[in-house]
Amino acid sequence: MAGLALTDVCKRFGSVSAVDGVSLTVPEGTFVCLLGPSGCGKTTLMRMIAGLEDPTSGEIVLNGERLNDVPAHKRDLGMVFQSLALFPHLSVGENIAYPLAIRGRSKAEIGARVSELLDMVQLPGVTDRSITQLSGGQRQRVAIARALAVSPRLFLLDEPLSALDAKLREAMQVELRQLQQRLGITTIVVTHDQREAMSMSDEIVVMSAGRIQQMAPPIDMYRKPANPFVADFLGQANLLTFRGVQGGADCSAGLISGLDLPLGETRQVSVRPEDVVVGPRDAGSIRATVSFVREMGASVEFHLTAGSERIIASTSPKAHPDCRIGDEVSVTIPAEACVVFDKQEA
Amino acid sequence: MRRAAPQKLTDYLPIAFPTLMLGIFFVIPFGLMVMVSFFKRVQGGFYEPSFTLANYARFLSPFFGEMLVFSLCLAALVSICCLCLGVPFTYRLTRQSRRAQVIWLIGLLGVLSLSEVIIGFAWSTLLSRTAGLSNLFVWLGLMDKPVAWTPSFAAVLTGLVYQAFPYTVLVLYPAFSRLDPSLMEAARTLGASPVRGFLNVVLPAMRKTLLATFIIVFIFALGAYLLPQLLGRPQHWTLSVLVTDQAIYQSNMPFAAAMAVFLVFASLVLVAISGQINRRGGGS
Repeated sequence: MAGLALTDVCKRFGSVSAVDGVSLTVPEGTFVCLLGPSGCGKTTLMRMIAGLEDPTSGEIVLNGERLNDVPAHKRDLGMVFQSLALFPHLSVGENIAYPLAIRGRSKAEIGARVSELLDMVQLPGVTDRSITQLSGGQRQRVAIARALAVSPRLFLLDEPLSALDAKLREAMQVELRQLQQRLGITTIVVTHDQREAMSMSDEIVVMSAGRIQQMAPPIDMYRKPANPFVADFLGQANLLTFRGVQGGADCSAGLISGLDLPLGETRQVSVRPEDVVVGPRDAGSIRATVSFVREMGASVEFHLTAGSERIIASTSPKAHPDCRIGDEVSVTIPAEACVVFDKQEA
Repeated sequence: MRRAAPQKLTDYLPIAFPTLMLGIFFVIPFGLMVMVSFFKRVQGGFYEPSFTLANYARFLSPFFGEMLVFSLCLAALVSICCLCLGVPFTYRLTRQSRRAQVIWLIGLLGVLSLSEVIIGFAWSTLLSRTAGLSNLFVWLGLMDKPVAWTPSFAAVLTGLVYQAFPYTVLVLYPAFSRLDPSLMEAARTLGASPVRGFLNVVLPAMRKTLLATFIIVFIFALGAYLLPQLLGRPQHWTLSVLVTDQAIYQSNMPFAAAMAVFLVFASLVLVAISGQINRRGGGS
């Protein structure tokens, strides 16, 4: 099978389980983000794929070849490190040429390939520059070019954009995605930035405490998170506890009619802020008080208190221009916007 | 905090004490030594003030020329041996757990607490025929009969390397522990075997530290005067031994001073040269 397959991969450091039984399939040519909070095992998982750590148990298979016993330098993978790890004593060209020189390519071939790669990352004519003469974004591109120099079987990036400022990071996200689509290379990115994961990947893998919480395309995951952790980690979520009643579900905030919960049982429900409808005082079923208004420019967030629940609603700034802290409003949560979690995960 | 250059005399007050100490304990004695090196020796007495270059002229004899070359070569060889042992050792050490690193470093600092005399006698016993390591090898069946490994050039070299090794590691250690471990990992993912990555990436990235360590150990070895006497034959004696010999046993202070001045001068030239190499290498 083409692509990367992990089967029940575990990594223990002493008594600590960094990665705990991860099974994962990455089809050839896809862009996958490993997303999770720091310490969730995502970097350890990537380092095992790269061969920089040995898994305690489990199998890593790439294009049908078992990688477990292949040392890192024979795996033919390209990796971009968080620190970029550009060699400070070599020029830009020599950095990119390094993997080619190791493989004994001719001088002419190396020269041609280096300028081709620099064109590809839109950084032509810097071959002879020193690494210290480059800006952060330029170094980023050099690191990407070096990792791609030998057309690797797998392209790994560990928090590649975390050192860049917000504007440049977003531009690089787009560029990286376009580059990946153009080359059709199987790519895995480790990130803790959910916006980065959302905007770049074909599939997101959310990890927590060494385990995969969910793997799905970004929009599917956003619309249908598998558990409260994923709902909360990927974008914003209102996590409310509801109890099934006749014709709907209620909690201290109020009632959602039409939400199908087993009678008398409590469940956690996730509602995205943009699905919460805020209306004039008597229009909806839930009464709430505005406790905070957060202007975001393109949208506005209302932090609402309803009973003992706190609900965040996100609307267009034009929808409620007069809404102030302390105002009484009504809140409507459409039943179809609710994601109900299974009981054991609540 | 004021950043401006000192204006009044009182602005220099904070550095007055160090300056005074440096003056009393370094500049004045060194000045005296330079002075004495131009004095004339009085047979049976001490020396009398004069201005003569005769003490320096004696360097031009083949005997001192050979001795100087030998001293420089020995110091260079000690530096090279220390780097060859110390670099892989320190690199591995910085990859250990904090606890293991502390234990190793305490052990090395323990060696520093030994005086040159103790090190010299310990090695002369270890390398001797009657009680040395060769007896152990005979017992293990590796050798036929015990042999004396001292006095010899190898013994001098061993003793000096042993003594300089802790300094080597202590100078290398901070730089190696700051080295970004992902440099080596990047080299490996790019296709370099661990040994190749170490040679291609770690060593060049550390070249300034390596040069600095080389110079420190070199100067340290150049100043050694006890170990060559304890572990070597007269032909293995260095210029420092000769300085001691002239000053203490031959009572020829002017000549000893001239040799000492020359040794300091040679060390300074070396530092200057390597500084130049460093600057040029760093710019590219």
